[in-house]
Amino acid sequence: MVDEKDTHDMYLYPEYSIIKDDEKCTKCKKCIEQCSFGVFDHNSVKDKIIINKSKCVACHRCISVCPVEALGIKKSELDFRQNSRWEEEYIKDIYKQAKSGSALLSGMGCDKQSIDYFKRIVLNASQVTNPSIDPLREPMELKTYIGRKPDKLDIEKDNDNYKLDTQIPPQLELEIPIMFAAMSFGSISYSAHISLARAAKESGIYYNTGEGGLHEDLYDYGDNTIVQVASGRFGVHKDYLEAGEGIEIKIGQGAKPGIGGHLTGEKISEEVSRTRMIPQETDALSPAPHHDIYSIEDLRQLIYALKETTEYNKPVGVKIAAVHNSSPISSGIVRAGADFVVIDGSGGGTGAAPKTIRDNVGIPTPLAIASVDERLREEGIRQKTSLIASGGIRSSSDAIKAIALGADAVYIGTAALVAMGCRICQQCHTGKCSWGIATQNPELTDRLNPEIGSKRLVNMLRAWSLEFKEVLGGMGINAIESLKGNRDQLRGINLNKVDLEVLGIKSAGEAW
Amino acid sequence: MKLRPERSRGSCGIAGIMNKKKERFSGEKILNSISVMQDRSNGLGGGFSAYGIYPDYQDQYAFHIIYENEKNKRIVENHLSKDYNIAKGEAIPTREPKKSVSSPPILWRYFLDPVKSNSSEKNEEDFIVETVMEINRNVDGAFIVSSGKNMGIFKGVGFPKDIGRFYQIDKYEGHIWIAHGRFPTNTTGWWGGAHPLGILDWSIAHNGEISSYGTNRRFLLNYGYHCTLSTDSEIIAYLFDLLGRKHGLDIHTISNVLASPFWNDLKRLNSKARRLNKAIRITYSGALLNGPFSLIVGQQDRMVGLGDRLKLRPLVAGEDGDMLYMSSEESGIREVCPKPDSIWSPKAGNPVIGYVGE
Repeated sequence: MVDEKDTHDMYLYPEYSIIKDDEKCTKCKKCIEQCSFGVFDHNSVKDKIIINKSKCVACHRCISVCPVEALGIKKSELDFRQNSRWEEEYIKDIYKQAKSGSALLSGMGCDKQSIDYFKRIVLNASQVTNPSIDPLREPMELKTYIGRKPDKLDIEKDNDNYKLDTQIPPQLELEIPIMFAAMSFGSISYSAHISLARAAKESGIYYNTGEGGLHEDLYDYGDNTIVQVASGRFGVHKDYLEAGEGIEIKIGQGAKPGIGGHLTGEKISEEVSRTRMIPQETDALSPAPHHDIYSIEDLRQLIYALKETTEYNKPVGVKIAAVHNSSPISSGIVRAGADFVVIDGSGGGTGAAPKTIRDNVGIPTPLAIASVDERLREEGIRQKTSLIASGGIRSSSDAIKAIALGADAVYIGTAALVAMGCRICQQCHTGKCSWGIATQNPELTDRLNPEIGSKRLVNMLRAWSLEFKEVLGGMGINAIESLKGNRDQLRGINLNKVDLEVLGIKSAGEAW
Repeated sequence: MKLRPERSRGSCGIAGIMNKKKERFSGEKILNSISVMQDRSNGLGGGFSAYGIYPDYQDQYAFHIIYENEKNKRIVENHLSKDYNIAKGEAIPTREPKKSVSSPPILWRYFLDPVKSNSSEKNEEDFIVETVMEINRNVDGAFIVSSGKNMGIFKGVGFPKDIGRFYQIDKYEGHIWIAHGRFPTNTTGWWGGAHPLGILDWSIAHNGEISSYGTNRRFLLNYGYHCTLSTDSEIIAYLFDLLGRKHGLDIHTISNVLASPFWNDLKRLNSKARRLNKAIRITYSGALLNGPFSLIVGQQDRMVGLGDRLKLRPLVAGEDGDMLYMSSEESGIREVCPKPDSIWSPKAGNPVIGYVGE
């Protein structure tokens, strides 16, 4: 009789090979203990380490823990017959679907080169007519305020006394124009969450709770917290809304525009269950739309319900996925009362998304930010809101470019996880994260020490802020706000005319 | 004449002289002051603004306009005659141009009042700004150089001393004079692009390059200002108009917007002042001028000098009796006032303010 399972597996070849140096290996079995994907085993009869390479996802955990550096991972050498259209990925995806009959799932964001506009933008520097500024000698300001700004100030002057008659709406104060993007407790571990919270506090920025509520231990970090309200409304209550400094309504996400979320029952541990206010081990389903928001006027009602609840003391923002119509939608969102708008472009990460959505739906962050900023200015409502770029920001230079295109600040999600050890192996949806980040398995979550996790995040933010200062100084700019929307400082490389027009930048080689 | 060249930026010399008692004096003085700093310009732009020079027409708006040819002139005059009562229109008197003054365009001035019925629904000054913006944006080959009352801007391509002689500024008398000698870093010479730049009775002479140009221009777009002049200094004139005239901020507050104190410096202020300055910075972050600059701004009743937050461009001020002097270099002051009562270098970001009637 034919074993159907074996037959199916026959079509797929392992993606990675494990290279083991038997001379170095002491059979300490650390790799067996640490690999959460089950690659390693031990045959006690032959006293041999057995390797099941088909299970390897290239998470590097084994290599990192091997005390004698006996291990290596290599992409399997298997060439398909050359074909420019039938690339390997298409073929393998069909093999997987033919086996499972399921839509393909993946973790992290779109991994396709085609969406990468940041790489095709270069920055400017001063020469002669405008001195560059040395950030080691001169002040260089990165402080940023997120929230609605008045169009003008009314200041009464009585002799030399000034009286401010304009009330400044609530603002989020950032020491550097970066925040940690929404990643829920549930999709990531408690250790990861508290690392983010501590790092946000130490660096003078904010982290976002994501849609999974706020663990009771983390209320202490409220001054550096943005609480999220998403379609599942997990863990949303008055104390939660009041716990943070800002509130974000999540409509959509760049990794999966138009799609809800599904956290499987295995991840609903006791702690997650209590925080989310749902029974343990039941699936946590976030509907694709909010079931009380079927129109822009419904969104307005939710924005003002949240403002009323928190007595207009906190900025309330709205996050949407970057799609074709983002700019008119954003205009509506601002008019509906949002104090900040988050545009999450393709490239943005996720714990789990249908692969075909992740890779094919939505538009790249730089194009979305440029068109939204332009639209809000044309309509004269840009002052009424802050614009946050999110999705696929990997470096200080990506962030700087997003700000020069028009964002007030950026969100980073994946980059923060990488600082904590994530290898972008795209297995978040399996719950097996061997680095203790995207999992609720206590054995695995213990691997991330929040003290070290937060320290590494703080270091990364410090490094980025030093890089910001170098880049700004080179342009002869000493305050980040003078870069905001300053597209003159950008030039495009290998972009077509329409791309350049949408981005509102000139081509490299064109002068002022 | 190429009318709309690429945007130019550059380095320059500036000077300003005012009499606080509003006593008028000849343009000869400012001409001598700016001429001694000839090294700071390269013959590609010079200009002067003068206040109090048209006492006979002090209630009318004075438009100085440059035209490429007679056709542009007819278009603009047709346009103006619909919305304005023109009390007088005449050629701006000039002398035979010196060598550095290249191909002068047609230079005309008008003294006019808006027709009330056309402007009644709007603030009169907004109406003037709209006219200036519309003509400068839409009529190729015509350019409104200045549009204030009892003031005018005289500028063009050439060394400032040659431009001054060409316009016969020694024959005018005013109580505030501001001068500019230009050293642009590209070679296009365009008469409209010379300084000072003006809107209503604001005039600005600017030495510097604005690294925040893109941000400032987009900020101004929020408030309906369209930059047309192909020089980054234009935004300064519009920022003064927005902040000073439309938002009613005083000159100290405006200088706190344009050259904001550093966040760290705010920590030293009392809580009320800190709150005010924080509000200013948060609200007007898009108006912060970054990059090196020193500038002199004039209005009918005041002259203000301001430098950037790091003092990357020079500015010297001096006082002698009722006279206030400002200049890129001390020589510009000593040339016309060898022994002033006081002479000093203003601190970075701190304005020097002279009021008429002080």
